[in-house]
Amino acid sequence: MIQTPATRDAAGLTRDEHEEITRRLGRDPSALERLLFGVMWSEHCGYKHSKLTLRSLPSDGPHLLQGPGENAGVMDIGGGWAVAFKMESHNHPSAVDPYNGAATGVGGIIRDILSMGARPIALLDSLRFGPFEDRAVRRLATGIVAGIAGYGNCVGVPTVGGEILTDPRYRGNPIVNVACLGLVRADRIARSRASGDTNLVMYVGARTGRDGIGGAAFASEELDEHAERDDRSSVQIGDPFTGKLLIEATLEALASGGVVAVQDMGAAGLTCAASEMAARGGVGMRLDLDAVPLRESGMRPDEILRSESQERMLLVIRPQAAGGLAAIFRRWGLAAVVIGTVTAERALVVEQQGRDVVTVPPYALADAPPYRPAAEEPAWLRAQWTVTVPDAGDAARALLALLASPDVASKQPVFQQYDHSVQVRTVVGPGAGDAAVLRVQELPPKGVALTTAGNGRLCGLDPYRGARLAVAECAAALACAGAEPLGVTDCLNFGSPERPDVFWTFRQAVAGIADACRALRIPVVGGNVSFYNESPEGPIPPTPIVAMVGLVEDVTRTGRIAFRGEGDVVVLVEGAPPAIDGSAYLQVIHGTAAGRPPDVDFQVHRRVLAMIRDTVRGGLVRSVHDCSDGGVAVALAESAIAGGVGVEATLPSAGRRDVALFGEGPSRFVLSAAEDAAGGLRALAEEHQVSMVVVGRTGGDRVRLRASGPTGAASDGCPWDVDLPLYDLHDAYHALSEVFA
Amino acid sequence: MRFGVVVFPGSNCDRDCLHVLRSVLGQDADELWSGEASTSGADVLILPGGFAYGDYLRAGAVAATAPIMSAVRAFAARGGPVLGICNGFQVLLEAGLLPGAMLRNRSLRFCCTTVFLRVESARTPFTRGLREGQVLRMPIAHGEGSYYAPAALAERLGQEERVVFRYCDAQGRLREGANPNGSLHHIAGVSSASGNVVGMMPHPERASEALLGSTDGRLLFESVLAYLAGTRPDNDLVARR
Repeated sequence: MIQTPATRDAAGLTRDEHEEITRRLGRDPSALERLLFGVMWSEHCGYKHSKLTLRSLPSDGPHLLQGPGENAGVMDIGGGWAVAFKMESHNHPSAVDPYNGAATGVGGIIRDILSMGARPIALLDSLRFGPFEDRAVRRLATGIVAGIAGYGNCVGVPTVGGEILTDPRYRGNPIVNVACLGLVRADRIARSRASGDTNLVMYVGARTGRDGIGGAAFASEELDEHAERDDRSSVQIGDPFTGKLLIEATLEALASGGVVAVQDMGAAGLTCAASEMAARGGVGMRLDLDAVPLRESGMRPDEILRSESQERMLLVIRPQAAGGLAAIFRRWGLAAVVIGTVTAERALVVEQQGRDVVTVPPYALADAPPYRPAAEEPAWLRAQWTVTVPDAGDAARALLALLASPDVASKQPVFQQYDHSVQVRTVVGPGAGDAAVLRVQELPPKGVALTTAGNGRLCGLDPYRGARLAVAECAAALACAGAEPLGVTDCLNFGSPERPDVFWTFRQAVAGIADACRALRIPVVGGNVSFYNESPEGPIPPTPIVAMVGLVEDVTRTGRIAFRGEGDVVVLVEGAPPAIDGSAYLQVIHGTAAGRPPDVDFQVHRRVLAMIRDTVRGGLVRSVHDCSDGGVAVALAESAIAGGVGVEATLPSAGRRDVALFGEGPSRFVLSAAEDAAGGLRALAEEHQVSMVVVGRTGGDRVRLRASGPTGAASDGCPWDVDLPLYDLHDAYHALSEVFA
Repeated sequence: MRFGVVVFPGSNCDRDCLHVLRSVLGQDADELWSGEASTSGADVLILPGGFAYGDYLRAGAVAATAPIMSAVRAFAARGGPVLGICNGFQVLLEAGLLPGAMLRNRSLRFCCTTVFLRVESARTPFTRGLREGQVLRMPIAHGEGSYYAPAALAERLGQEERVVFRYCDAQGRLREGANPNGSLHHIAGVSSASGNVVGMMPHPERASEALLGSTDGRLLFESVLAYLAGTRPDNDLVARR
């Protein structure tokens, strides 16, 4: 196995990699071929450091129609329909050019879904920024949000969810992960395997220009302080109008028959699409560079082959279909040109002006050699696990501070900039529930629920537990929507894998996701790894982001967080005790990210999720919310703010008040239900062996909370730990309008 | 009754309109490709939302010159009902079929939210079934929706009852906070002089099913259906099918 290198040549290759290329070709590569290997064997395209570790992820499940290895995973939702799902990162381009970097991230993931023959129906974004007090961070954040809005709104795919978290360690290297869900008939799933040695290779979409050249390689390096000035030409420029035309034209082309295989020209452009499609099909391709539609004259072969110009797809088609397919794309104003043929001989041959300039086996390019990097537990890890802080005392002030903190505060000023209702599918939109719910009007009354989670603070404290908590939180959010999980896609954002401590955290996080998904029996259907997320200030914290999709049997029976009226009973479902270790409370109130995050007991978690799902599906609850950052106090405040209805609740406590109010833990939910539904809830809790306790009632225009104290239930005479008018909470919760308005 | 939904390159609410017209209202509805200069026998035309031609140059500016627009103009001149929604409204403004212009939202940002509208005129085919003063709830989703007209024009529109909708609060009041984009006099929709051409920024097709939060938008489509049923003898319709 090749060892992790230290130095790279101009093409980005090490001496060892160079030797491996010579071995695979049986000769020295030409200068042009070396450049192609450089992008294809970049970390971004080649998954060199990650692919052995990723094998441990479970990738099989009863609903799976297409697992990892294609452009997106596909899951059966019954009735002849399926969903395609995938998440990708666009961190580096967004750091350099926030608007275009984020916009092309949206465009790229949409085309991955399109490559499966699916119509994109929803987007989710998981964003991580430095502190908003920093003006440069605000500029970056507003640019990234505008870029997502600019592309997603124009192509008409609703952005229905996602999260935004902040940490100083993302200051120089923001995280932009975008997930897309598509809908496809189960018998019409498209794939990227080239086949048939008389078939033609057709280039469709926008013309090829000089933008984004070497983008994949750029994404595989740390950012330096001159990144913004020097790397602009590595960032692609998106055109959502052309992207929208490409969606409609491609779906029309696929429906017309005659298309054998399809893939987006994304990272590493034409080189990647051609070599991967040929390698997957076990065939070769002969391409004529002179036929490629260009935006400007005088482009060199390496520029044409490595350009990451957006809104382009590569098709393998039956020869007799060429005329009809070209007519479809031309009607939509897009280029459609036959640029080559599929060949039986397993070689990717590129010719220019009658001369063969590249001749390489497709697998040699597409299958980068894997590494076994050194891994070592960071020396600082365990030292963070000791927490010694006193109870902050003023719980009311703590609650307001938590609600106003960027991780907890309402993201409405951001979500308002995204069109979340186009396509008339959005039943539960951003912020209204723990997961977004879209109806599938093709299959009434079914729907799908979607959510993302991933916490760098928790993963920095314990990457294994942090990753398990992310999977657990996604599953909890889906349960609140009444959904049964179908599959997971993930984006694994880390620093340089060449650092043994970083690589150790990567392995731990993957193990955490793998174990959690196995325990919940959810397949990981695809995903993406983004390494080298480092700035001069150092690496980002380990940031595995998990996105999960689930099936809702009846969209009229789903969950929302808002209290719905006065006099409902408020119930706490407790699958695990609250703890302040690693909590938002410690971070926001005590200014320390410390403690070992709690581990998830998945036996218990599964039982609790089953109960929550049953209560939602049975229509027993009027509101449901999982307890996340800020614990029960924040969850209750959010339900009250969303519903415009106050609450009085006495929370069980085994000791400290701050732990009872603000402690976090998996498998914890707050529900509200009509008085006469309480019995039904109790029966379900008993059936699933879940602990639940009635803690109070909705009503009024204040939020009044207290911890019961170590001796048990508080009497009515006990003072409230929190007694605040709803409008104060509302104001605090909308603190981000100043950043994003 | 036959609806024609105009599809420009870049339209993205065309399928939503077709869904509501066909599946919710049970009507015949066809796509009309903007490259063809024909309304193909439609009884009502809908110009849907989206980003026609990418909204390059100005929202709706390129689309206003598409071949179908001459057919839309002739249809409107014959008194046929035309509804422009969001980007469709912008196209009608650019085509000169409706008065005024659109500016970027006062916030300079795209805004997707749910708003209240007050019906100002029940004179149009799309609002005949509504009461003046009635408050409707519908989503908006646009970046350039701040309606503008010079003072003289604005005054004339008011006098001629051509302001069809205004943004308001839940009680129908024109409060400052109830103007999501800074439109002049809270104007959310206007009509042509004869009332048969209506443009509006809010999306009635996104408010036509209870599952999605509101059915108020359906009232506009039902209104135009009733209007057509009342103005055209049945035998005429049968003959034209």
